[in-house]
Amino acid sequence: MDQADDCGPNVGGLCMHMADALLSPAVGGIMWAASAAAVARSSRKIQQELDGNRIPLMGMLAAFVFTAQMINFSIPGTGSSGHLGGGLLLAILLGPDAALLATASVLVIQALFFADGGLLALGCNIFNLGFLPAFVAYPLVFRPLATGKAGQLPRALAVLLGAVVGLQLGAFGVVVETVLSGRTALTFRAFLLAMQPIHLAIGLVEGVVTLSLLAFLQKARLELPRPTEQADTAGRATVALGLLTLLLGGWVAWYASKHPDGLEWAIQRVTGQSELQGTASGWHGRLARVQATTAVLPDYQFKGSQEGSRAVTSLSGVMGGAMTLVLVAGAGWILHLRKRRA
Amino acid sequence: MSHHIVEAIELCHRYGDGTQALTEVTFRIHHGESVALVGANGAGKSTLLQHFNGVLLPTSGAVRIGEVPLVKETLRDIRRTVGMVFQDPDDQLFSPTIGQDVAFGPLNLGLPPADVEARVRAALDRMEALSLKDKPAYRLSAGEKRRAAIATVLSMTPDILVLDEPTSGLDPRARRQLIGLLRAFHHTKIIATHDLDMVLDLCPRTLVLHEGRVKADGATREIFADEALLAACHLEKPLTMQGCLMCGEKRGI
Amino acid sequence: MVNLGDRFRDLGRMDALGSQESTLHRLDPRAKVLVTAAFALVVSSFGRYEVSGLLPFALFPVSLAILGEVPWGYLLKRIGLALPFMLVLGALNPVLDREVLLHVGPLAITGGWLSSFSMVLKLVLTVASAVVLVATTGVDGVCQALERLGLPQVFVVQIGFLHRYTFVLAEEAVRMLRARELRSNGHGLTHREFGPLAGHLLLRTWDRAQRIHQAMLARGFDGNFHMLRRSSFGPRDLLFLFAWCAIFLLLRIVNFPMLMGSLVSGGG
Repeated sequence: MDQADDCGPNVGGLCMHMADALLSPAVGGIMWAASAAAVARSSRKIQQELDGNRIPLMGMLAAFVFTAQMINFSIPGTGSSGHLGGGLLLAILLGPDAALLATASVLVIQALFFADGGLLALGCNIFNLGFLPAFVAYPLVFRPLATGKAGQLPRALAVLLGAVVGLQLGAFGVVVETVLSGRTALTFRAFLLAMQPIHLAIGLVEGVVTLSLLAFLQKARLELPRPTEQADTAGRATVALGLLTLLLGGWVAWYASKHPDGLEWAIQRVTGQSELQGTASGWHGRLARVQATTAVLPDYQFKGSQEGSRAVTSLSGVMGGAMTLVLVAGAGWILHLRKRRA
Repeated sequence: MSHHIVEAIELCHRYGDGTQALTEVTFRIHHGESVALVGANGAGKSTLLQHFNGVLLPTSGAVRIGEVPLVKETLRDIRRTVGMVFQDPDDQLFSPTIGQDVAFGPLNLGLPPADVEARVRAALDRMEALSLKDKPAYRLSAGEKRRAAIATVLSMTPDILVLDEPTSGLDPRARRQLIGLLRAFHHTKIIATHDLDMVLDLCPRTLVLHEGRVKADGATREIFADEALLAACHLEKPLTMQGCLMCGEKRGI
Repeated sequence: MVNLGDRFRDLGRMDALGSQESTLHRLDPRAKVLVTAAFALVVSSFGRYEVSGLLPFALFPVSLAILGEVPWGYLLKRIGLALPFMLVLGALNPVLDREVLLHVGPLAITGGWLSSFSMVLKLVLTVASAVVLVATTGVDGVCQALERLGLPQVFVVQIGFLHRYTFVLAEEAVRMLRARELRSNGHGLTHREFGPLAGHLLLRTWDRAQRIHQAMLARGFDGNFHMLRRSSFGPRDLLFLFAWCAIFLLLRIVNFPMLMGSLVSGGG
């Protein structure tokens, strides 16, 4: 999933941005909370380091990844192009904590400047593209496998596998979050079957590119700093919690996707409430009745009665919508004139 | 005798890979002096400069700033005394706006906000850069960047200014403006440069480095008149001393 | 690589807009960030078949764009860049969801069309509000707001570094790509060339990080960041915050287009 100017034949790390328009506030909010907690924890750890040596390096490498992501290259034999994602590279060069902050900062700038994803989706994107590669793929796949020296086969395999696993997890995150939000008509199964194979290819490209960059650094005899992270118990707990959340989410999503309204349906089944916004539901019901009695065209045929006023639209809706847009334009025009006079 | 003294005593520096960058460098720069450091590429200018504020520490020999030897324990104080202006202003202007960059040093000194504000304004005003205060660095011209970078150092109120190639990449007008500003400083100044015409304008004294050693140390005009010395150190006489190109008059001034 | 240069020119343009002067620019960044966040939350809370209720929300980006003097062409261009992706994804919905939900005159409208239209509408609204936020606040302003709203300082500094040096690195990258292009005889960049090219950029980046750290140390950096705080949250900011939140809530609860439509067509 990507901005269309890169999409189509292009495969690469960016191809996974969640967007505000695909999210429900519940899913967006939960992911925001999760990512905020992870960023806060990593920030604290970086801040505790004595000389602040990694702070400018973190900033510079984030700028590097941000720039390199925009350089497309062709992939032989496929006629398509790709670009660097950078999640695993940052984890290897900086360690997981600094890598999370670096990736998260890239995503913030992308959300603010290029409106990639959006503000609500930021939590999802930081989790999918930052947390999962740095705190799951890196410590659980790359580190245990990367036993040999740089430039040797075991290490190369560790890089490839780390990149693939990171992107598979990220893609899975996108699927789960999208299905739970229930904004598209895609089912869990269909979306999953579309996303995972594509991201297998993307992951391989990512792995190869990461490998060639590491090889280049190796040749230049750059002394890479030893990331000083000991996987403390709190760290392990975070990783476990992150994975568990993802799996649980997947399970709920699979159930929820049988029903059109995704997470809201699932929550409704759990809590017995028909609306998340408790205060609004009373209003909703009343207004729906008002609308039902005032409208002439009795055209409402909704999927499930619990949709209530949320899905209400009809000819009068179209007319009302047109009037609204005219009103907004009018208000804008008045503002414009007032500003000019001021 | 004030303490604005920079002294190197048999200073040697050998890099980790075995390269001998400085060999027995000895000199003493007095309060208020303005000294040029010239030499070909690779002569050791940058290595020497990096010793003045402790980016590098001597392999043997000593560096003394105002009678205080440069060692790990004195770094903090020495960095307040010696203001270092880097070759690439982009390395020194790392904050979102110029104002924040100039405030970075004073804030690290723990000064109260009102004092920081006053210092920022004073430093920018001194560099004729007050209008740049709220601008991000990438919107500045090369000359503006250079002046802003110097302001970030001035706000620390250093006694000694060390400048690495201050005129490189500047257009003639920006260069002229910068030279004018630098001339007005009362600080002890050490300027590493290839711009020998600027040296004539600003520095009565010159140190010539060649292959890590001090080849000459003396009055600028005398050194620049010594063609054999200049040629041996891969240098050229400044244009203003080369005489008129049109009429062929060889020895000007 | 025209693309790369263009994208960064856009970045610069956004920043230039952010440093303009207007009533909106002078508001405390925190008020603007909070209102924009509330906007995204409320808009995303609408169900998948909702279209009419979303329309009045256009009032927010439209009026802010006018007050903040955000050029229309620029705003539309940004939306246009984000749109195709959602159009592709939205195009799947009418295929997957063919249940007829309502009739408008002779037209039968399926759930798929409604939901895809709803998605596109939400995209336009959220993208527009984000663009307006940055164009009236600047990245620096947004960062300051985030820091004072409790985001960890290291992370805010990190965003600042990234933003600052992206321009420097992009310039270097564009120079390298241009030099390659001049000798490439028209061949595109292959993955084999990408490694060394990006590797060189990475090495230079690394060196620069070292120099920046030295520059920071030279000015007394000890691992802690101290920031000057100037802006203060005044009554105007509070009014801005509460007025918009009240409007969002009202528009969320009352479906005005529906009400107006039924009044007109139903004579209610």
